[in-house]
Amino acid sequence: MTAQSNLTAALERVPPPMGGFSITVLRLEVRRLLRSRTTITLVIAMPVLFFLSFGRSSAYVHQHIGRGNMTASEMISIALFGAVFATAAGGVTVSTERTLGWSRQLRCTPLSPAAYIVMKMLTSLTLAAGAVGAVYLVALVTSHASMPSGLWVITGICVWVGSLLFSALGLFFGYLLPPNNAANILSLVLMVCSAAGGLFIPVSQFPHRYVMLAKLSPLYGLNELVHYPLVGGAFTWFWILNLAVWLGLFVLGAVWRLRRDTARV
Amino acid sequence: MYDLSAVRLRDVHKSFGSVHAVRGVSLSIRPGEILAFLGPNGAGKTSTIDIILGLSPPSAGEVKIFGMTPRRAITMGLVSAVMQSGGLLKDLTVRETVQYTSKLFTTRRPIGEVMERAGIEPIADRLVVKCSGGEQQRLRFAMALLPDPELLLLDEPTQGMDVEGRRDFWRAIRNDAERGRTIVFATHYLEEADAYADRIVFISKGRIVADGTAAEVKALASGRTIHATLPGADALSLHAIPGVDEVEIRGDSVLIHSGDSDAVARRLLNETLAHDLEINSRGLEDAFITLTSGVDDPRATTQRASQ
Repeated sequence: MTAQSNLTAALERVPPPMGGFSITVLRLEVRRLLRSRTTITLVIAMPVLFFLSFGRSSAYVHQHIGRGNMTASEMISIALFGAVFATAAGGVTVSTERTLGWSRQLRCTPLSPAAYIVMKMLTSLTLAAGAVGAVYLVALVTSHASMPSGLWVITGICVWVGSLLFSALGLFFGYLLPPNNAANILSLVLMVCSAAGGLFIPVSQFPHRYVMLAKLSPLYGLNELVHYPLVGGAFTWFWILNLAVWLGLFVLGAVWRLRRDTARV
Repeated sequence: MYDLSAVRLRDVHKSFGSVHAVRGVSLSIRPGEILAFLGPNGAGKTSTIDIILGLSPPSAGEVKIFGMTPRRAITMGLVSAVMQSGGLLKDLTVRETVQYTSKLFTTRRPIGEVMERAGIEPIADRLVVKCSGGEQQRLRFAMALLPDPELLLLDEPTQGMDVEGRRDFWRAIRNDAERGRTIVFATHYLEEADAYADRIVFISKGRIVADGTAAEVKALASGRTIHATLPGADALSLHAIPGVDEVEIRGDSVLIHSGDSDAVARRLLNETLAHDLEINSRGLEDAFITLTSGVDDPRATTQRASQ
C-alpha cells in the first residue's frame, strides 16, 4: 500500500542542517525590515541629527585626540549609538512576532530557536550598517571629522560588529515585554545608557562624581573599545569586563524568557 | 522498529497553575486515520494539541509521535499544524510566507503545487495583512502541507470563517486527505466532526468521554429520551427493560435514554404506573450535551460509545 510505503520513507527523513538556518529566510527577513519605513527613518535619521547637533562644534573640530580630532571621536560615538539602536530595534521585533503567534508557528517547524536568533541578529546588522554608514557619510560630507582614512574603515567595522552584541538586549526586551511597550521602553533605556556611557558627551567631560556610574553602565565598555583604534594609549581590561558582564546578563535574560516562550500569548 | 501509532498519549495530564486542563488522556491514533477532537470551548482540545506538538510539555504522562518525541518528529518534518489564529507575519506577502516556511524543512513539496492545492495562487502577491480570515487559513494550510507531513494537526481550523470559507477550506483538506496522511482536528462544530472525521473523540473537562467512529457516534445520537412520571421508580428494574440505555431518576420523574423508545414506552404504560409520557428525539446536539456536561456523573459517562 502506498500510504504505508510513504510513511516508511518519511521515517527516514533527517532534520535540516544548521538548525534550519537559511539564506532565503535571511533575505526575506531583511525585506520585511526594509518595509517598515518608520523604523528605518528613525534608526537612520536620529543618529545623523544627533551628529549634526553635537558633533560639529568648532571646539571639537580643533581639539585633537589620539590620531584625529574630537569630531571624529564624536562621529564614532554617535554611530555606535545609531548601530546599537538598530540592532536592539531588530531584536525587539520578536515581541510583535510573539504576539502574532509567529514564534509559536516556528516551533512547529524544524527551525531551532538558536538558528532563528542568529538570523534575527544578522538581519538587524543590515539596519546597523545603514545607521553607521549614514553617520560616517554625513561626517565625510560636512568634512569636520579628521582621522587617517584607514581608521574610518577600522572604527566603522568595529562599531558595526560591536553593535551586534546589543541585539541580545533587544531580544531580551522583546521576549520580556508586550509589543506596545517593548520598543518604547527599549528606546528610553538605550537613550539613558548612551548618555551614561559617554556616547553623547565624552565621559572625560562628566562631573567627577558621575564618572564611576558611567563606567558601570552597559555601553561604556563597548564605546571605549570602538574608540581605541583612534585614541590609542593604554588598553584597559575593565572595558572588556564591563561589556562581558552586561552582555552575559542580556543573553541570560533572553534565554530565560525564550525557554518559556512556546506557551500561547 | 518504530511504534506504529501516529500518536500515542499515555495518561497525559496538563495543569496551568490551579487549572487542570487535561486530566488523564490516553489515546492511540493509527496512521491514516482522520480524527476529530470534539468538545466545547475550554474542554482541553487545544491543550491536547499543544502537547501532541510538543509546544507545552505534559505535567504527567507520555507522548509519542511515530514512536518519537514530538520535537524530534517535528524536526524530521513528519508533523505540521494549522493553528486556530495568528501565526502569520503581516508584512510578508502570501508567496513570501510560503517561501520562508518552505526553507525551514529538508523534505518539501514544490511551492507552486502547495499553493495550488490550498487555492491561494490568485492571492500570491497580496500582503498577509490584506487577506481575509478564510484566505489566511488557507495560507496556514499551504504552509502545513509544505513538508508533506505524515501527521497534520488542525486546531479549530474554520473558527470565525463564514459558511463559504468553511466549505472551501474543507474541500481543500478533503482533496488532500486521499494521500493517506493522518489528520487530527479540533472542532466544536458537530457537523464538521461528523462530515470529515473517521473517528470522533469527545473531550470534556480535560477527559475523553466518548471515542468511536462517526457511525457509532451517530448511533449514540439516534436514540430518544422518554420522560415519565413514576412515583417510587426503581432504577434497577427500569434498566432491566430491553432497549433502555440510561436511566435517571429525579424525585417522581424518570428520564430514560433508549434506542427503541416504542418498546420501552409500551412496557412502561402496560406494566408500570408511569404516566404523562413525553418522547423526544435526541439529536447529535443532545448527545453532545449529555456527553460533555455530565462527566462527573458516572451514569452519563460512555466510554467507547457503542461497545
